[in-house]
Amino acid sequence: MSERTVNREGQLRRALVALRRDPLALTGSLVLAVLVVVGVGGSWLAPSGINEVNVDQMLQPPSWAHPFGTDELGRDVLSRVMVAARVSLQVGLVSVGIALVVGVTLGLFAGYYRGWLDNVLMRCMDVLFAFPVLLLAVAIVAVLGPGLVTAMVAIGVVYTPIFARVTRAGVLSVREQVFVRAAVSVGASDLRIMRRHVLPNIAAPLIVQTSLSLAFAILSEAALSFLGLGVQPPDPAWGRMLFDGRGFVTDAWWLGFFPGAAIFLTVLAFNLVGDALRDVLDPRQLTVSEARRSTA
Amino acid sequence: MARFVIRRLLQSAVVLLGVTLVVFLLLQLVPGDPVRVALGTRFDPQTYEALRARAGLDQPLVVQYFDYLRRALTGDLGVSFRSGRPVTAIVLERLPATLSLAVTAVVFAMAIAFPLGIVSAIRSGSLVDHAARVFSQFGVSVPDFWMGIMGILLFSGVLGWLPPSGYVALTEDPGRWASHVALPAATVGLVTASILTRFIRSSMLEVLSEDYVRTAEAKGLRTRVVVLRHVLRNALIPVVTVVAVQLASLLGGVIVIEVLFAWPGIGRLTYDAVAARDYPVLQGAVLLVAALFLLVNLLVDILYARLDPRITVK
Repeated sequence: MSERTVNREGQLRRALVALRRDPLALTGSLVLAVLVVVGVGGSWLAPSGINEVNVDQMLQPPSWAHPFGTDELGRDVLSRVMVAARVSLQVGLVSVGIALVVGVTLGLFAGYYRGWLDNVLMRCMDVLFAFPVLLLAVAIVAVLGPGLVTAMVAIGVVYTPIFARVTRAGVLSVREQVFVRAAVSVGASDLRIMRRHVLPNIAAPLIVQTSLSLAFAILSEAALSFLGLGVQPPDPAWGRMLFDGRGFVTDAWWLGFFPGAAIFLTVLAFNLVGDALRDVLDPRQLTVSEARRSTA
Repeated sequence: MARFVIRRLLQSAVVLLGVTLVVFLLLQLVPGDPVRVALGTRFDPQTYEALRARAGLDQPLVVQYFDYLRRALTGDLGVSFRSGRPVTAIVLERLPATLSLAVTAVVFAMAIAFPLGIVSAIRSGSLVDHAARVFSQFGVSVPDFWMGIMGILLFSGVLGWLPPSGYVALTEDPGRWASHVALPAATVGLVTASILTRFIRSSMLEVLSEDYVRTAEAKGLRTRVVVLRHVLRNALIPVVTVVAVQLASLLGGVIVIEVLFAWPGIGRLTYDAVAARDYPVLQGAVLLVAALFLLVNLLVDILYARLDPRITVK
């Protein structure tokens, strides 16, 4: 077994142990597991149809029949919250996937080749960094037209620079290592070195960044949906449900409370898992006292 | 120091040039003819031709960009497709509302974050420390617009203390301005406070473990003196950056809060421009915010280099 494989397995094992030992991370993982189940099977698990209008049941407070109450059209809020979980997960995964693939590729090439390519690519990333995240996402969706796909693309674009920077920083240190020089000396191609030697050794900060970015991507999607630029009605999305419910907030608190609580719990779960992963996989991010405590 | 400032100025100029290119390209990404899309049912050939010519859309792309750049440098960001008014005037009219909200939110955030971050670092592992960490985690995970809705429910609906939305200019009636800004500023400020608390805590902890702090303690100095004279002074240098970056991002990042509270700032203007497909206004708002963001970052870097001379050496 090669040293690299052992190292990767070691990291994975450490991450899993850390998630199991840290009660907060474990809670976060369980919340995410429930979210995945609800996201995948929401339509089947939901007690009612998401667009089942019932004018006799308008704005009913939470009850046994409707644990999260009903909305202004008499639709079951619990069912809509459950089905909307799929949207959040989908947007989070796809947009962070886009940012990860594009950002890592750009960061790899910039850090590995340096010189003019590094300068050009990183200045482009600096330009994207000059825009507040949500503002740029809103501008992109505004010109491409609102909808689920454009929201995913927009969020993917705005989170690309952070992946590029994290990757580049990692590559700059790894490319000076002896094993990379050894690979160069035996005639390995640049692409092979990047894929087989550099990328596996910068995986730790990327895993951490992915986990934390998922939380931010879900928040961004909720914000876009709140502005009417994400998922379009009648499909449910947590942000959109909050927007629709804001007009009834003083008369029907449940319309604003439950979708928001779902966003909060999801983002919190990703953050807790991300923090735990960072503590294990990227110890440079630890504060001195945290490092001292973890080794005590 | 002078060389550092010149280098940062040049870098910012290059990035600003890139920003203008991105903002210019936004209009080119609109599927179809942006003027026709914007006019919609109000289409009439004369207005259409006039707006196209005014926006320079009848020119080749490269000419259009350099023309846009030249006009932007002189403060001309075109005219609104909707009202026909100059975009620069429209955007600048909204700036005071956004500034007043962002500054109030940051002051509110600092009032919470500084004492909480400092005490939680000094008493690491105590109840206050745990409370601060829970608060930080809560703040970075909670959607601000949800907190805003819950705030409206509690402070307007249940208690009736504050208006649910609206805006009064500070210069017009400071008392009513304060009552209107309280909820949106507290909503945004709590999230900012959680980020600042986390940062202040970790910055303090790092300095607390330095040798010179141990030496000061070994000399028999009282904890208060050590913290005030040796720890705070050094720990708060990087915090300056975070406070300024937070302020800069609030200038352009409070779209959702401005929409929720009907606050007529840049965020609300952006939202209205998107809804009305008024692309020149959208471009103008995005360009102004990005330029402000860059300017604040530049000023912070220079200030930081002044406070900590090691930065310029690096």
